[in-house]
Amino acid sequence: MAVVNKDKLGVSVAAGPSLMTGSIPRKPWWEVPAVFKPGNYAYPAKKEKVEYLNEQPGLHFPNAREWNPEEDDWKLPENWEEIILNGIKERLDKFRSLKIFMDCCVRCGACADKCHFFLGTGDPKNMPVLRAELLRSVYRNDFTLAGKLLGKMAGGREMTAGVLKEWFMYAYQCTECRRCSVFCPYGIDTAEVTMMIRELLHLVGVGINWILEPASNSNRTGNHMGLQPHTFKDNVDFLTEDVENLTGIKTEPTFNRKGAEVLFITPSADVFAEPGLYTAMGYLLLFHEIGLDYTWSTYASEGGNFGLFTNNETMKKLNAKMYAEAKRLGVKYIIGGECGHMWRVVHQYMDTMNGPADFMEVPKSSVTGTVFENAAASKMIHISEFTADLIKHNKLKFDKSRNANVKATFHDSCNTSRAMGLLDEPRYILDHVVDDWVEMPENTIREKTFCCGSGTGLNTDEIMELRMRGGLPRANAVKYVHEKHDVNMLSCVCAIDRATLSGLMNYWVPEVEVCGLSELVGNALVLEGENRQELDEGLRTLI
Amino acid sequence: MKYTFPLAAVIALVLIAWIGSQIPGMQYLFGVAIPYLAMAIFVGGFCYRVAHWGKSPVPFRIPTTCGQGYSLPWIKHDKLESPVNTSQVVARMFMEIFLFRSLWRNTKSEVHPGPKVTYESSKWLWLFGIIFHYSFLVVVLRHMRLFLDPVPGLIQFMEYGDSILQIGAPTMYLTDAGIVLGLLFLFGRRLVNPQVRYISLANDYFPLFLILGIAVTGILMRFFIRTDIDITAIKQLAVGLVTLQPVITHKIGAIFYIHLFLVSVLLAYFPFSKLMHLGGVFLSPTRNMANDNRMRRHINPWNPEIKPHSYAGYEDEFREFMVDNNIPVEKELPPKAED
Repeated sequence: MAVVNKDKLGVSVAAGPSLMTGSIPRKPWWEVPAVFKPGNYAYPAKKEKVEYLNEQPGLHFPNAREWNPEEDDWKLPENWEEIILNGIKERLDKFRSLKIFMDCCVRCGACADKCHFFLGTGDPKNMPVLRAELLRSVYRNDFTLAGKLLGKMAGGREMTAGVLKEWFMYAYQCTECRRCSVFCPYGIDTAEVTMMIRELLHLVGVGINWILEPASNSNRTGNHMGLQPHTFKDNVDFLTEDVENLTGIKTEPTFNRKGAEVLFITPSADVFAEPGLYTAMGYLLLFHEIGLDYTWSTYASEGGNFGLFTNNETMKKLNAKMYAEAKRLGVKYIIGGECGHMWRVVHQYMDTMNGPADFMEVPKSSVTGTVFENAAASKMIHISEFTADLIKHNKLKFDKSRNANVKATFHDSCNTSRAMGLLDEPRYILDHVVDDWVEMPENTIREKTFCCGSGTGLNTDEIMELRMRGGLPRANAVKYVHEKHDVNMLSCVCAIDRATLSGLMNYWVPEVEVCGLSELVGNALVLEGENRQELDEGLRTLI
Repeated sequence: MKYTFPLAAVIALVLIAWIGSQIPGMQYLFGVAIPYLAMAIFVGGFCYRVAHWGKSPVPFRIPTTCGQGYSLPWIKHDKLESPVNTSQVVARMFMEIFLFRSLWRNTKSEVHPGPKVTYESSKWLWLFGIIFHYSFLVVVLRHMRLFLDPVPGLIQFMEYGDSILQIGAPTMYLTDAGIVLGLLFLFGRRLVNPQVRYISLANDYFPLFLILGIAVTGILMRFFIRTDIDITAIKQLAVGLVTLQPVITHKIGAIFYIHLFLVSVLLAYFPFSKLMHLGGVFLSPTRNMANDNRMRRHINPWNPEIKPHSYAGYEDEFREFMVDNNIPVEKELPPKAED
């Protein structure tokens, strides 16, 4: 799909009539239907992907079919209203968060202009409060006394096909980034609401392909990209050749090796496409330099987890491979690569879903002796925690001038900042691998960081305009530091960011490139026995 | 419509109490029966709602971390914004509940030509929110002097502090001004701020009007409409209500019954409305949980029994490729059939 011209889009965002620019729609929001047209929705999941997932033990993906959001008839099951209402009931009983978040909102509006999608589209239903009201209105109507008695008067709405379509539209214009939950006086987390809506939609066979295909790939081949074991290994082997050509260092990664001390798991995108490839080169160089006894796994070759964007059952099933593989290989602990939502799952869900990980040991760096108490139960540490500890103990030698071509800034990814609190480790690393870097404006970093605009499985091309709008606040902050400080590199610790921010920068701030933090680490690392060429562009140099 | 209906409803409530309380014999209904009923609904409804929330488990530990988590010993841990143990969580909750910490963060964003997105600090909502809530709290506590005999020193002291400016006679309470000011701001922003205007429902205007009605009738009663406002008779009734021996000895002015009726409606309405944020804020899982997920295992009582796609199944599908590419396998390939 052709993407709208940047200048046009810029004018539309800033001056087009929208609630963001101050014009109030004439009709109340419940009278404005969701209209699907090319470009404003992600393609529905392919029938065979839904069928495959539905066949997997423990998963439930009914109503596989061909359907088109633009058509009136979505081919829902006959009793779909009943399925949805029962689904709400079941989730209210299972998640206290849902009950609290449905009951406590006072519509103060503090969340409204905190959402990147609202800032970029001005669509009222992208205000987190209204996104939640889409579900809350149905909840009120069927599950509260006031709603049962007063109906519409109490803000209740019957569950209709129109409401369902709204859910589909706006649950997929939310990246579950949790920025609104930072500002909400009751901590209402729209990510929870969106997750619930997406779970409900799957009950009647409404889902998108960009999420369900990677999820089914991950189940079968071990990774989202669908790389089979030999291809996965080949991809890493290509990287080792590149690394050798650049640095003269032969890194010798192993795969599925029993008895290794550490299992390393990173998003498969890191071995699949630029600029993640350079991040993976960084991992290879780092682990080689310190002589870490580690292995990759082709079975658990995915750090990311598109189950998080689907339902809790799929999340659990996909995540379970990590511990299963760690147990099979007999490793002592796991190191996880740079990824945002992967770390939401690993930090906040993994141990609960698939623990206890009592077959491993509390992570202890064999190089520094540091025991990672903060991962005492889950036995999995973040590459930035691991690297920061190495630097602190002077175990790595850096030549910052090797990154002289880079003037960096740092993008906190939503999940590592707001669902983990990993903020200063990456900054500490950055301090040691580049000469100088600058922060973006304070309302756009750390816990207030802005999403890339394409998280939660929305990084698909058919909704490019939406992504560029949603990513505008992030891009704008980058543009600011680019103009003020000549920043030319946006570093991050997230694989989806590496893919999506590249597109976002290319659109809004083409002078800025995107890299993973470990790329800068690997490039600045002075390696024992190296035979490094003149690398003007670091690990990206073509030779 | 969104605000005219709630306004009409509150006016209707006022009229009901006004006219009703003037009918001989109805004073007992408005002065005793309805307040008791309302209190019962409030207490029962509040407890039911909290118990109802409590019945659902918290399957996952999902704090929103707003600062550096507990990590390596030399990385400064933000104990308030990313608490790692119970006492830190309590401190965070204290900040949230008593100081409205999250609202303090509020910013106002705008999109300007360029496009350029700007953010500026916006603490008005915080300020008037604080003024309203604390004024309301003090007003409620001050009223305890009507129900308690003798009046505890703390309440007397609070009353003294509240009238410290010594304006007028009887002296004006600061919190009377505070609650009205707060309500007017909260109402005003629902009208003026386009975003808030668009999201506001009748459910949002009704409590504002109702509480405003309570505050205004209270102020009128204290300062302006003092006919038949016999404070001893009111105190007698109030103490009687608390000690379950309510008596109405004298004629009390209609304004009192209106005030009391609106309070009764508020009490009865409370548990079924968004006003339950009073209780909910304590239970919000993104705020009241420690960010210690990787240190201490959190149990999900309904954790479903789901196994991953097994390694054995994976190897069975890809064994040949794995062997050909020197990836270790658990089971070797079957010997090839002779050609």
